[in-house]
Amino acid sequence: MTRLLEIKDLHVGLPAGGQRKFAVEATNLHLDANEILCVVGESGSGKSLTARAIMGLLPKPHVHIAKGQVNFLGEDLAAASEARLRKIRGSEISMIFQEPMTALNPVMTIGNQIDEVFRFHKKMPGTERRSRALELLHDVQLPEPEQALAAYPHQLSGGQRQRAMIAMALALDPKILIADEPTTALDVTTQAQVLRLIKQMQKTHGTGVVFITHDFGVVADIADRVAVMQNGLVVETGTTDEVLRKPTHPYTQALMAAVPSLLPRAARPRSDKTVLRVNGLTKTYSGGGGLFGGKARVVHAAKEVTFDLTRGETLGIVGESGSGKSTVARCIVRLNDAEAGEILLGDADLRPLGRAAMRPHRAQIQMVFQDPFASLNPRSKVGRIIAQGPELYGASRSEARDRALELLRIVGLDDRAYDRFPHEFSGGQRQRIGIARALALEPKILVADEPVSALDVSIQAQILNLLEEIRDRMNLSMIFITHDLRVAAQVCDRIAVMQRGEVVEIGPTAELFANPQHPYTAELLAAVPGKGWFSAENKSLPQTS
Amino acid sequence: MEFWKLFARNRSAVMGMVILVSILLMAISAPLFFPADPFSLVGQSMSPPGQNGFLLGSDSLGRDVAAGIAHGAKTSLLIGLLATLVAVFVGVIMGALAGYYGGLVDNLLMRTTEMFQTIPSFLFAILLVAIMKPSINSIVIAIAVVSWPAVARLVRGEFLSLRNREFVQACHTLGMGDIRIMLGEILPNCLSPIIVIGSLMVASAILIESGLAFLGLGDPNIMSWGFQIGAGRTLLRSAWWVCTFPGIAILLTVLAINLVGEGLNDALNPRLREHS
Repeated sequence: MTRLLEIKDLHVGLPAGGQRKFAVEATNLHLDANEILCVVGESGSGKSLTARAIMGLLPKPHVHIAKGQVNFLGEDLAAASEARLRKIRGSEISMIFQEPMTALNPVMTIGNQIDEVFRFHKKMPGTERRSRALELLHDVQLPEPEQALAAYPHQLSGGQRQRAMIAMALALDPKILIADEPTTALDVTTQAQVLRLIKQMQKTHGTGVVFITHDFGVVADIADRVAVMQNGLVVETGTTDEVLRKPTHPYTQALMAAVPSLLPRAARPRSDKTVLRVNGLTKTYSGGGGLFGGKARVVHAAKEVTFDLTRGETLGIVGESGSGKSTVARCIVRLNDAEAGEILLGDADLRPLGRAAMRPHRAQIQMVFQDPFASLNPRSKVGRIIAQGPELYGASRSEARDRALELLRIVGLDDRAYDRFPHEFSGGQRQRIGIARALALEPKILVADEPVSALDVSIQAQILNLLEEIRDRMNLSMIFITHDLRVAAQVCDRIAVMQRGEVVEIGPTAELFANPQHPYTAELLAAVPGKGWFSAENKSLPQTS
Repeated sequence: MEFWKLFARNRSAVMGMVILVSILLMAISAPLFFPADPFSLVGQSMSPPGQNGFLLGSDSLGRDVAAGIAHGAKTSLLIGLLATLVAVFVGVIMGALAGYYGGLVDNLLMRTTEMFQTIPSFLFAILLVAIMKPSINSIVIAIAVVSWPAVARLVRGEFLSLRNREFVQACHTLGMGDIRIMLGEILPNCLSPIIVIGSLMVASAILIESGLAFLGLGDPNIMSWGFQIGAGRTLLRSAWWVCTFPGIAILLTVLAINLVGEGLNDALNPRLREHS
């Protein structure tokens, strides 16, 4: 086997005055031809900067290679000139990114963008370039490659865009492909397809792939070798088998333990007291139209959605992006107005209520948001954020303050947080603050919209535990929106699966996982990455490989 | 404190601040050094600078140019500040309503804004002052009327992007009222661009005021730099100092305010900070 890449003692320096001196420190990695090396780590571990350092794409001059070598077939790229690096990029080493929408040029057709790669690096007649491009799009299994060639990025779906990116990256048959979280922005089923495609392309071309990810499930599915990074250091390397089966470093062990199991946890008795009943909820969005008429497009975001929620229960709503799961959540807390159906909280139907009439019911249903960075007002102190709810409902300033301090303790923060601003906290801590705010009005129902999907796995587990603890302590019912079946398996008593605005299946978690009735549920379950490795009761025993 | 450190990193902004503060001091201390009415005829006409006791010379009627500049500073700063305050006030309300409610309200308010923007602003200001009779009030109103649309557009854009942020939605789920959300939650988050545009608007307000006064549309009872330039315009070749010194005063003031505005922009917009 040829050794394609050898990174020796790589240090990537950060601007002075930061938290760390080096983003990546004393890193040694190597990559052979025809192998996939997964670099795994949480946010801030330096995995992306390592990838960028190879390509010479660091945001200079603030971030730069301070020391070390990046040997590509005997040539040190760390010392190579910009002109030489430009030659190598695209033709010898190419890269795909997390968000294909931003990595592709929105005003150029896919065909032109692939054509550009050829024109920059090789002399080829136009007709040959076109036929090569067509062939590539065919290889990445884009349906109707002819049309894709003439399409602009926004006309393709996320998965199709990522396929086009892969086609572009492989256009000149590079020796190394660097993939920086290429499937993170995709839905599970699409993710599974794209992973399969990358693996297949890598096999047929004999490419060496550096695959950056935070997801151990993906690692299990795709990697030949694994490097685990923490705070800029590679803490463990080895073959996938070795690392997943017998992780030696405590950090790797902790990361793997934090991956939620797909095995649903034990069922709990269900109360027969219904707190919320949603009946035939329908919400459509119409786009287009405009000032001078024109044909409006109507999309069913929620179509005849029906379920009920009993006291103390957690109902999961699971689906891919665009399935309408968030719309349902937002209709229930009345951030969106549904057109038809009933939202019965006790005896009251919340759906037709106006803002003033809704107000007395607000306190009973509260929401936890997805993005811990956008959900807290950056100009408000944490104490204010939590205390303003009770104050709105007539609590005095000191009562509200006491309540806020109590809630901060409940969610595991200390009293000093009260007078601080949100930016002083980490993502996980901010999510705790968001939960405290939702609890401040002593709701009966908590609607959590992807509350952990913006967090690292190790923090995910903490927040999930906190939510569960709070639910039991306050006897809350919870609606838990997620795209992640692993998380759903650990949190939810019952799960509703949504597809294109409709609930296609609803049932107790264990039953639904063991015996999915609807083909879409089965498809979702099959697409969960790393199924073989992490679904077994004993995680260290792989079922397939 | 941190803010001042950031501001002080921009040398030219500090420089602008120093000039601005001296002009402010000059405006405040004008009655001390030049107790007489700046319109009064105090000596020989057309004295060059430094002669007959005139530091910066006198004009064709024997008025002290230096006294005019000192007293004019007050006029310029006062009108600049007042007009900006009125314009920002109106602009923030219009922009906030349009951006927050969207839809029909947005359409209505923005079309109104555009109507104001279709008329060239200086001509519009002349027209307004001519209709209302020149006085300090009418000048302030005219400048505010031609300046608020820019603020309204800016604030609308900020509100549009902020109103869908999750922290605003969280306030909705708490049952908070619209006005409280607008004033308490969204507005504090768009103060920085408002401060920046406001500071730059003071400079353009001073320019408009000077232009109006130059054309003889200033308040006839109040000394102003524009009036001085207008009065000395015909004497430019025989008595250059009458126009030149007020002109330099305008230049320095506008420059200083622009530098301070830039500095505020750098200090308040963290994204731009990286580039410097």
